[in-house]
Amino acid sequence: MLHGLTRMGGMIRSFVVLFIFALSGSAGLFADVAKPQIPASRGAQCVEPVEIMRRNHFEFIVHQRDLTVHQGIRTKRHSLAGCIDCHSTKTAAGQYLPVNAEGEFCQTCHTYAAVKIDCFSCHAAVPTEKISQSP
Amino acid sequence: MTRLMNCPDPSPAAPARRTFFTQAGVGVALLALAPGVRLVDLARARAEDEPVTSANRWGLLIDTDKCQSGCDECVSACNEEHGIVGHGRPETDAQWIRKVDLKDDQTGHELSIPVLCQHCEEPPCVDVCPTGASFRRDDGIVLVDKHICIGCRYCMMACPFQARSFIHEELTGQRTHAPRGKGTVESCTLCVHRVDKGEQPACVEACHREGHDALVFGDLNDAEDQLTKLTRASATRELRPELKLNTSVRYTRF
Amino acid sequence: MSQTIFHPSRSSRAFWGTCGVLVVLVLIGLFAAHHMESAGHWVTGMTNRVVWGMPHVFAVFLIVTASGALNVASIASVFGRSDYKSLSRLSGLLAAALLIGGLSVLVLDLGRPDRLIVAMTHYNFRSIFAWNIFLYTGFLGIVVVYLWMMFEPRMNRFVTRVGTLAFAWRIILTTGTGSIFGFLVARETFSSALLAPMFITMSLSFGTAVTLLLGALVFRLKGENLPAELTGKLARLLGYFVLSVGLLVAVSHLTHLYSAGHQDIERFLLIDGRPYSLLFWIGQVLLGTLVPAVLLLSDRFKRAVSVPLGALLVVIGGLAQLYVLIIGGQAYPMSIVSGFSESSTFFDGVIAMYRPSLPEWGLGVGGMALAALIFLVGTRVLPFLPVPTPDQPRA
Repeated sequence: MLHGLTRMGGMIRSFVVLFIFALSGSAGLFADVAKPQIPASRGAQCVEPVEIMRRNHFEFIVHQRDLTVHQGIRTKRHSLAGCIDCHSTKTAAGQYLPVNAEGEFCQTCHTYAAVKIDCFSCHAAVPTEKISQSP
Repeated sequence: MTRLMNCPDPSPAAPARRTFFTQAGVGVALLALAPGVRLVDLARARAEDEPVTSANRWGLLIDTDKCQSGCDECVSACNEEHGIVGHGRPETDAQWIRKVDLKDDQTGHELSIPVLCQHCEEPPCVDVCPTGASFRRDDGIVLVDKHICIGCRYCMMACPFQARSFIHEELTGQRTHAPRGKGTVESCTLCVHRVDKGEQPACVEACHREGHDALVFGDLNDAEDQLTKLTRASATRELRPELKLNTSVRYTRF
Repeated sequence: MSQTIFHPSRSSRAFWGTCGVLVVLVLIGLFAAHHMESAGHWVTGMTNRVVWGMPHVFAVFLIVTASGALNVASIASVFGRSDYKSLSRLSGLLAAALLIGGLSVLVLDLGRPDRLIVAMTHYNFRSIFAWNIFLYTGFLGIVVVYLWMMFEPRMNRFVTRVGTLAFAWRIILTTGTGSIFGFLVARETFSSALLAPMFITMSLSFGTAVTLLLGALVFRLKGENLPAELTGKLARLLGYFVLSVGLLVAVSHLTHLYSAGHQDIERFLLIDGRPYSLLFWIGQVLLGTLVPAVLLLSDRFKRAVSVPLGALLVVIGGLAQLYVLIIGGQAYPMSIVSGFSESSTFFDGVIAMYRPSLPEWGLGVGGMALAALIFLVGTRVLPFLPVPTPDQPRA
């Protein structure tokens, strides 16, 4: 009986600790990881609202890639090349930096979120041709 | 037996006189064309948000008499267009189009032809791909969806033309319109990024620039298209006809 | 007939020492796979002409052997030969272990092994490869259920039914594996309906050989020998299987030799194609067929070493056979324009040079080691091995 109570107490203690930990994470109490410093992009605004892009950009990209590859639909709004066109930055010398390089647009958030991206093993990470910038 | 042999040969391997007029006609027709412009009405070009349909069937005709031995402009143009560079390892370096030098075993006759993905109507590579990455688009172009290619290379085993290449190393500096990466399989896309904009494949343009005009691109489903007219007028064949693949790439008879 | 009692392997220095060696080989294999994946396949001997190399030789060998290794259990459950029952459990474990080893090599050699999830969620059902994914994973599931039926006394009455399903599944699986090559219409070296039955026969041969070898190993590690009478029967069976494979190989070549169009490829494989002709005659025919047949079937050469030596030679001959089939078949140039000699910058018309690289050897041997390791550790964890009956001589 006593043994059971001790175990119960231990479990409750663990849950309380976890709960505080979770709360503190959202309140920033234990936030020692710096938020990503996202480089400025060209154009007034993105093709979709920021909140939607933050959560769903990969859905747009995945859906678009299937349309492009299988059906030849090459609209610019959700094309990966379109993203890179606006979101890549240039050095002082005028050379484009790859969007998956350290500190660049894609890499800052993805490092923060610890999500590995696979796009740029195949796709060009810098703009190599003029893609229309209007959504 | 003798009577049969004396009959005029009705087969497409026509006597030299007929072939000469056909080829002269083809030559005149080709010279009249400017690069990048098709005889098809440009207003019918597909909008960028319209899916491809089987209304078109893109094809290529290769004139084996016009193709010159020693010239590989089509290969250079393809490499330039898609950012294909050699790594000094010819056995593993990718080749989307290549010149094959042929010599007839019986007669010794020599010629040179470009060999590339034949964009078959019944592609063996599409049949064998386990994930469906190798597929045939509705307009006849056979492609690899590199997002779902797992790099098993079964399609390379299955291709009757050795048309596919595997990427054996990390790549950088890809062209925006030609994504390619380590561990996936690729082959000639018939310059699908150009075709979708209403332009000609890079190899066709280059051959025209060189003045040989051995490559003709067009829509096999369009009776008015010069490609279709040429394949009707002159004797053409596909490679490995016994396999009955019904390829979109055809060669004048040799 | 007394009821067989089963027990696990005995823990001993020799046992864990063997496992230790196998672990090292597995780690080498994993390192080789990592190197191939990160640097790219240019570090291997595989090229755009010879796209499947040494890893595939080992993987196909392991998968074909896995299917055949279940044969001993089938003889007991499906064909009612209760004298083989003592080795049924071992047979099931061995089949599963070999299949896992083979699949590991296959998956780790992929250009994009990180896309295994894609392979398991996107299927093109015209592809025999896609069917094989189901056949292989289904086989593992069925073997697990089969073993459960054998282990759990209340389930013993289902052994025949599950065993029959396993038997049928095996035959279909091996047909599927042979058809990977048989369905390649483009290549004269492969395209053949004969490959499916040939692979089935090969599975029976290699499976029985590996059962004898690994069975003997695990018994020796607990200080015993395989039951002598059973070993004798399996050895005779193996001899017949070896001859059956030889028959099918002979028929295949004779048929090709009959056709003028196939003379060149036959000359390449049988006479002047280095190293394929040597591997064929010395590896496959002499060491893999004739010598084992004599050792296993002839009464004159009955020694203690005849059976393990014969079984080992069958394994070597099997690897040689697969090397000649898979790699020799790709090394010979495919004719794109018949009646013409071809040459190009993409090596048309020439025999492709292939030399297996160290990473490929590492990966292939690692897969074999993984299979053996799973088998040995399995016998330690659960009672797979029969306790010797009083009439059996101890080591």
